[in-house]
Amino acid sequence: MAETPLTQRIRPDGEPPGIAEYERTGGYQAVRKALRDMTSAAVIEEVKQSNLRGRGGAGFPTGMKWSFVPMGPEPPQPKYLVCNADEMEPGTFKDRVLLEGDPHELIEGMILASYAIQASVGYIFLRDEYRLAARRIEKALDEARAKNYLGVNILGTGYNLEIYLHLSAGRYICGEETALLNALEGKRANPRAKPPFPQISGLWGKPTIVQNVETLCNIPHIINNGAAWFRGLSRSKDGGTKLYGASGNVNRPGIWELPMGTSLREILEEHAGGMLDGYRFRGVIPGGASTDFLVEEHLDIAMDFDSVQRAGSRLGTGTMIVLDDRTCPVGMVLNLEHFFAQESCGWCTPCREGLPWIEKMLTAIEEGRGTLQDLEILQQQCLLLGPGLTFCALAPGAVEPLQSALKYFRSDFERHVSDGRCPWR
Amino acid sequence: MATIYIDNKPYEVNPDDNLLQACLSLGFNIPYFCWHPAMGSVGACRQCAVKQFKDENDTKGKIIMACMTPAADGTRISIDDPEAKTFRASVIEWLMLNHPHDCPVCDEGGECHLQDMTVMTGHAYRRTRFRKRTYRNQDLGPFINHEMNRCIQCYRCVRYYRDYAGGRDLNVFSVHDHVYFGRAHDGTLENEFSGNLVEVCPTGVFTDKTLARHYTRKWDLQDAPSICIHCGVGCNTSPRARYGMLRRIVNRFHFDINGYFLCDRGRFGYEFVNSERRIGSIRPSVPQRQVIEDIASVIKNGRKVIGIGSPRASLEANFALRMLVGADRFFSGVRAEESLPVAKVAELLRRSPCPIASVHDIEVSDAVLVLGEDLINTAPRLALAVRQSVRRKSMETAARMNIPAWHDYAVRTLAQDERSPLVIATPYETALDEIASESYRGAPEDLARLGYAIACAIDPQAPRVEGLGREEAELAERIAGILKGANRPAVIFGTGCRNAALIEAGANVALALARTHPDPERVRLALTVPECNSAGLALMEAKDLDAAFEAARSGADAIIVLENDLYRRSAVQQVDEFLRAARTVVLDSLENETTAKAETILPAGTFAESEGTLVNSEGRAQRYFKVMPPRQGVLESWRWLREIAIAAGRLNEDSWRSLDAVIAAIEAELPQFQEISKAAPAASFRIAGQKIPRQLHRYSGRTAMMADITVHEPAPPRDPDSALAFSMEGYQGPPPAGLASFFWAPGWNSYQAVNKYQSEIGGPLRGGPAGSRLGEGKRTDDISYSSRIPEPFRSRDGKVFVVPAFRIFGSEELSMHAPGIAARAEKPFLEVNPSDAEKLGISAEQEVALTFGAVSRSLAIRMNPSLPPGVAALPAGLPESAGIPVPAWARITGR
Amino acid sequence: MLKPEEQQEIERELERYRDRRALCIEGLKIVQKHRGWISDEALADLGEFLGMTVEEIDGVATFYNLIYRRPVGRHVILVCDSVSCWIRGYEGLRDYLRSKLGLAMGETTPDNRFTLLPIVCLGACGSAPAMMVDNDLHVNLDPEKIDRILENYK
Ligand SMILES: Cc1cc2nc3c(=O)[nH]c(=O)nc-3n(C[C@H](O)[C@H](O)[C@H](O)COP(=O)(O)O)c2cc1C
Ligand code: SF4
Ligand code: FES
Repeated sequence: MAETPLTQRIRPDGEPPGIAEYERTGGYQAVRKALRDMTSAAVIEEVKQSNLRGRGGAGFPTGMKWSFVPMGPEPPQPKYLVCNADEMEPGTFKDRVLLEGDPHELIEGMILASYAIQASVGYIFLRDEYRLAARRIEKALDEARAKNYLGVNILGTGYNLEIYLHLSAGRYICGEETALLNALEGKRANPRAKPPFPQISGLWGKPTIVQNVETLCNIPHIINNGAAWFRGLSRSKDGGTKLYGASGNVNRPGIWELPMGTSLREILEEHAGGMLDGYRFRGVIPGGASTDFLVEEHLDIAMDFDSVQRAGSRLGTGTMIVLDDRTCPVGMVLNLEHFFAQESCGWCTPCREGLPWIEKMLTAIEEGRGTLQDLEILQQQCLLLGPGLTFCALAPGAVEPLQSALKYFRSDFERHVSDGRCPWR
Repeated sequence: MATIYIDNKPYEVNPDDNLLQACLSLGFNIPYFCWHPAMGSVGACRQCAVKQFKDENDTKGKIIMACMTPAADGTRISIDDPEAKTFRASVIEWLMLNHPHDCPVCDEGGECHLQDMTVMTGHAYRRTRFRKRTYRNQDLGPFINHEMNRCIQCYRCVRYYRDYAGGRDLNVFSVHDHVYFGRAHDGTLENEFSGNLVEVCPTGVFTDKTLARHYTRKWDLQDAPSICIHCGVGCNTSPRARYGMLRRIVNRFHFDINGYFLCDRGRFGYEFVNSERRIGSIRPSVPQRQVIEDIASVIKNGRKVIGIGSPRASLEANFALRMLVGADRFFSGVRAEESLPVAKVAELLRRSPCPIASVHDIEVSDAVLVLGEDLINTAPRLALAVRQSVRRKSMETAARMNIPAWHDYAVRTLAQDERSPLVIATPYETALDEIASESYRGAPEDLARLGYAIACAIDPQAPRVEGLGREEAELAERIAGILKGANRPAVIFGTGCRNAALIEAGANVALALARTHPDPERVRLALTVPECNSAGLALMEAKDLDAAFEAARSGADAIIVLENDLYRRSAVQQVDEFLRAARTVVLDSLENETTAKAETILPAGTFAESEGTLVNSEGRAQRYFKVMPPRQGVLESWRWLREIAIAAGRLNEDSWRSLDAVIAAIEAELPQFQEISKAAPAASFRIAGQKIPRQLHRYSGRTAMMADITVHEPAPPRDPDSALAFSMEGYQGPPPAGLASFFWAPGWNSYQAVNKYQSEIGGPLRGGPAGSRLGEGKRTDDISYSSRIPEPFRSRDGKVFVVPAFRIFGSEELSMHAPGIAARAEKPFLEVNPSDAEKLGISAEQEVALTFGAVSRSLAIRMNPSLPPGVAALPAGLPESAGIPVPAWARITGR
Repeated sequence: MLKPEEQQEIERELERYRDRRALCIEGLKIVQKHRGWISDEALADLGEFLGMTVEEIDGVATFYNLIYRRPVGRHVILVCDSVSCWIRGYEGLRDYLRSKLGLAMGETTPDNRFTLLPIVCLGACGSAPAMMVDNDLHVNLDPEKIDRILENYK
């Protein structure tokens, strides 16, 4: 059996370990080790060496991100660490497993990350619908406070840290890290322009690191076992394991912790158990709603950041949505674009106006009112909403499934137009 | 300077700019919406896309937003790149998906930035067949029309209204393509600068409701450079007229004064020009020659004629009256309460311990002390500048972090609510207190004492204030510390409290700073005055109205009142008595109580129908020009007076044929006005032998507009007084700043065309002069400290000391004849401290009688806990309070 | 005026944030918890408490989808309409709920028992289709299961 550090304590009944059990199984050892024996710089260095890349979707090297935070003798104060637990990307349900199954692991990771950048306040930005997770996190935070893993002079080391849980009021854009900061400040969650990056000017203008749940959960294990061990977990250049997931008409939809770089085929066939009876595989969105479709020919790629990129998509969140032959690809893309259009924050023109237009054209096509010009315009919109052209990454993500659907399932779109109806209805 | 490459050609630009500013400054056309020169960049609209290349070998490049990218040395961009062009056209296509095709019925049509940008990007063909979204509009009060369907979501309105002007009742609601800009509910926009939304909005969402009542397209309006006459700041405006009716006021950019923004009184007060109370002919009706001969005969016979000047009339008109009646019988027309402090201000305009601040100087000050002024009501545009001054600190913080000043939200995020110091010492709480770092409340004497104490705390050589309380002494030390520590400190004071000691105290602070500051040239003082030409009139050094009353008592044969309603200046009995003393001739444009008492009324042109010079609170002489010729029978005041003077033999036929001759006479006689001829180009000024047209080259219907009267096209009216023509013919290029009234350039029909007239984006207009600083606003070395420190304020039993409380909507005479302004004016209350009310046994809303000596008024009470005990505030200049010579002690009796 | 409990709950949050303004979202949620939804009046009360104008709070309130600016029933049904649930039969489920309750999306039953709303992905894609009723997540839904579930919410 391969090692599954992230999910090792998650029990089949879903009850999370309390702090006693968490400690008994090696929990908070990394905090003791780091706060007592390691400098912040050493923690950052270890994480850098581990090749850990962010699990929130963009895959930015975590240690490098931390190293941009101003340190020195008189850094701006306070600094903040924010855990991004907004998880609202359709098809993505991996962070919930960790949040509900082992909240202490996240808290420990947050303490370590905070220590690394010398943050004194941490926030867990949790989507409101995760009520069970909220209860469990609050309880775990109380336990950690009672044991002085949080609070003043943690474990007598002189380091202070408070972590608070913030429940969002709901909007996908809050997951975008700078929009998230505005939401935390009690404002409308429009993203902020970068630069300046949050590491320099983040929450309330202070240095801030925003990190995904899964990313943070890896930190205790890296500190306990070392960067080399972590790199060794992976089948690819990127370190560690990854929570992969699958949904759609497969036999065993779910989430699995597997070595980073496990092949798409292995995940879908072995872990998800292949397609349901009577359904044939047509394609897969590999990493949450905002990634490009992959198809049959890609099944043997390794699911790591660079390999998926080379195949023309993105690893994203590593949770895949499977398209089968009894589901209309146009309908599926319409569902996705409806989501993105509705979740646009309304700040920049291309996203605010372009996505609803796309949705209208797709609706027309799906309902048999589409034209070939619509297809042409859709194709153009995919380029016009691309990276760098919009204010944040929402819109570029939104057009990824569309552009790849137009590429791989073009004939299905054309049939909708020529038949004047959806062949699946 | 930095070198950047635009489509492979090198250009020198300011590295502190972003690429959009830099390119526009160079004259390139790049479309934009969300960026605004006064508000910086936020990158929302994505319209200003250009292609950037890493180096000369990079042929692929990447599209960036010009407004969000620094114009750093070595930057290589392409504006003409096909991908960038496609993207820019697409942005318009997106915006047009929902934009109504209502240009023909839209008030913005013809001056619409969205129209301009649409044409600029080349987007012309509609490819969508889907329904447009629609919104419900709101009633936003008397000034602003709201048509949300036209919105292109550039977020400029909320950024201007909230971030720039400090308004809190306009916002963006909802999300995605439902975002809505407005108020939570229908209702009047509360901010005093709401009118700028009309120009800030790049399309027709927020339009001028007053214009809509007598709508005319921009290109059909005749305009002229003008100066706002509704307060002493002297904002530059562009009034616009058609068919002899004034139809709107548009901001006229002046770098040092109003920049891009006017206050609502200035923008919407103009409708008095069209008022039903305008005086259109001589009253009682006699032929013009006869009336002139008649008045002249009184003067000719060498009898005693009293001339009453006016702080709302031009220098030329006042000077003409002075010439007619003789300097010793020319009076300023304001009572001592006002003329004494104004004289103090005038003295400072001539001899100041430090340079006099322009409005722009205040914007860039990093510590401001406001002494005794409720700025939003006494000098509104200056208050808006103070709002910007408190942002200096965040700019400095941002600069330290290498965040450029134009990166608006980044600066705001980094700095949060960090503010530069602002100290407000006034009798009662003011709108600016919410951003003040220190506030102090006191009676005018105590404010003056605080000022003296601050001066002494800055420079021990300044006279000490004896008997100061400990708290005040500490406060003075703190404020002194703040001002001394500032790089560009400024003190603002003036006539708001009608207290001369306060002005001397303010001058002491400025002097103390100038003497101790490492760079005295950086110290500024800014002044306020009551009316548009208060400063000019004061510089004429006429005796005050009290002296005129005195003179009348010793006998007079005639009184000539120039544009002045004396019943606003003094108590009814006094004015009645004065006007009864002799035959009264009044020159004015609107009926008022004084004209009602006059034997003869001569109809005078308003600012819109006359030329003249005004001196603002900064000592800047500025010329305003006729927008339209006066109606038959109406003359500019100075012309009436000239005619009378000729008839009386005081002037010969040939003199003063044009305004320039009057100006020359003023300069010759009064050295303090030496520079006023430089305020604007003379009437003889020509470019390529041509005058500057008052009408756009697209002015339409010229040959038909009089067709109901005559089918012959009348010759355009002659204008001997200016280099402007009542015509669309003339020099078509950009005129010098003092003569520029509309901004237009090929492809730029909206107000944004001002970009093309500026030396650099946001900078001064090209080709001055636009006004002339009398005495250059420089500092004088040999000024010494004043030591006339007043005694501390002591309350008196059974009485309150009533200070004037000015109101932006209500206190100014002429604007109150504009229906919109009148609608915004609040019912006046006498405001008292609750402890005084308790002592006097009166309660809120109760009607009381307020007795000043012989004068008595009845008013309702409102509690104002911010007032010091013993001090009450009376809204000034409203019908209910006009004529009460405050400040003064008064007795309050309940009813 | 906010109720004392509401005030206390909001005040308690203050230590977690830098300033009062940041309490706006927490405040909205606390008031919503007490009153079910955010009426104009509630908005004004909260504004007064936090020193914000109605425009300032409503600008925030209308941005987020879990702040209800219109009345909702005693129980709010949030049906996930995102991609995995859609693939697994969201549309049929939605239609079932609509006809069972006699509601269009966004409406409330006349007896004020249920409000039916769509919601974006609930993070239950592995057990799609899913919905939430009040605080509880329900997964692997079919019409029968829905019938049983709704019985528990009176
Ligand atoms: C529209 C949008 C939504 C996002 N939502 C999430 C999210 O729900 N959770 C998350 O961890 N990251 C999300 N991200 C990515 C974050 O912006 C950010 O990159 C991430 O939290 C960084 O953490 P990591 O480096 O640990 O991955 C989103 C990004 C975008 C553009
Ligand atoms: S792409 Fe633009 S409108 Fe869309 S979410 Fe990002 S900033 Fe908002
Ligand atoms: S002007 Fe540059 S993005 Fe709007």
